[in-house]
Amino acid sequence: MLWQFSGDAPIYSQLIEQIKVGIVSGVFPPGERLPSVRDLATEAGVNPNTMQRALTELERDGLVYSQRTAGRFVTEDKAMIETAKRALAERHINAFLDAMTRLGYQREEVINMLRQEITGGGNGDVSLAV
Amino acid sequence: MSVLQCNGLTKRYGKVPALEQVNLTVEPGRIVGLLGPNGSGKTTLIKLANGLLTPSEGELLICGAAPGRATHALVSYLPERTCIPTWMSARQLLDFYGDFYPDFRRDAAEEMLRHLDIPDTLRVKQMSKGTREKVQLIMVMSRQARLYLLDEPIGGVDPATRDYILSTIISNYNPEAAVVISTHLISDVEKVLDEVIFINRGQIMLQSSVDEIREEKGMSVDALFREVFKC
Repeated sequence: MLWQFSGDAPIYSQLIEQIKVGIVSGVFPPGERLPSVRDLATEAGVNPNTMQRALTELERDGLVYSQRTAGRFVTEDKAMIETAKRALAERHINAFLDAMTRLGYQREEVINMLRQEITGGGNGDVSLAV
Repeated sequence: MSVLQCNGLTKRYGKVPALEQVNLTVEPGRIVGLLGPNGSGKTTLIKLANGLLTPSEGELLICGAAPGRATHALVSYLPERTCIPTWMSARQLLDFYGDFYPDFRRDAAEEMLRHLDIPDTLRVKQMSKGTREKVQLIMVMSRQARLYLLDEPIGGVDPATRDYILSTIISNYNPEAAVVISTHLISDVEKVLDEVIFINRGQIMLQSSVDEIREEKGMSVDALFREVFKC
């Protein structure tokens, strides 16, 4: 997994986000055991207490659960993972729409541009990929 | 019990004050950054905790005791400058640490040396600066101490070596021990720290958790440091 951190948000909340991405993208599949706190912290290059805090919050949300001796596991509830995936997607969509609004595009234009970009069929407009 | 506690700690070199009325506590399980510009008192504080200096006023306690022979067994110290004997080979260094410190985990140190492909027979003087720093850190972190005092562990080494040093600190984490890292390379260590202590002209300006700073100020510790210590 690729761990990256920005300067403004708390590290634990960025860890929550990235572990969620790991879960919904199948890096950590449903029902699978997560690496130990220390191993995850070493891999991400973060403080073990911060990693612990992120995992505790994910546990509270139900995305991971712990078994007293065996460690922490990803939930087997696929509907819950799907909901988390949808929430992450919505956040990306909203951020994208906000950025497009700042550039001065109307919703209709945005939809047209997206359609063109996805189908690859342009009508002579400048490519967005540039 | 706190691993490190300072009450009204003051240190003067002749008439020159180096630390003034410092009050702070470091709890077990914490990795703490001691951050401040050059000449702020970081090294003085670390040397006081080691018993290499004695306070002018106030007190400093390691697990409740004043620095002395008993606390030397609890404190593992990485000095600012490499101090391991350069004529020794890696194996002799392991023997040396094993003889000196009953809490030295030789197997852990050997594994870390193996991981870096450092042969037993390689002498310290044959090692590059970066390798020497790594080897000394391995020795220091291989002790089962209660307090690790790391004075500028990442100064003067390349970014890959920095990453190695920081990941060695994380992977040797012990919830019963505290780690104090003094540095001014904040953006590199920020993610590894629980708390930071800002020190300037011998006085504590701030002690706070990293995520509290990010949450409350909306900026990284590095950005806050640049703001507080703007020249």
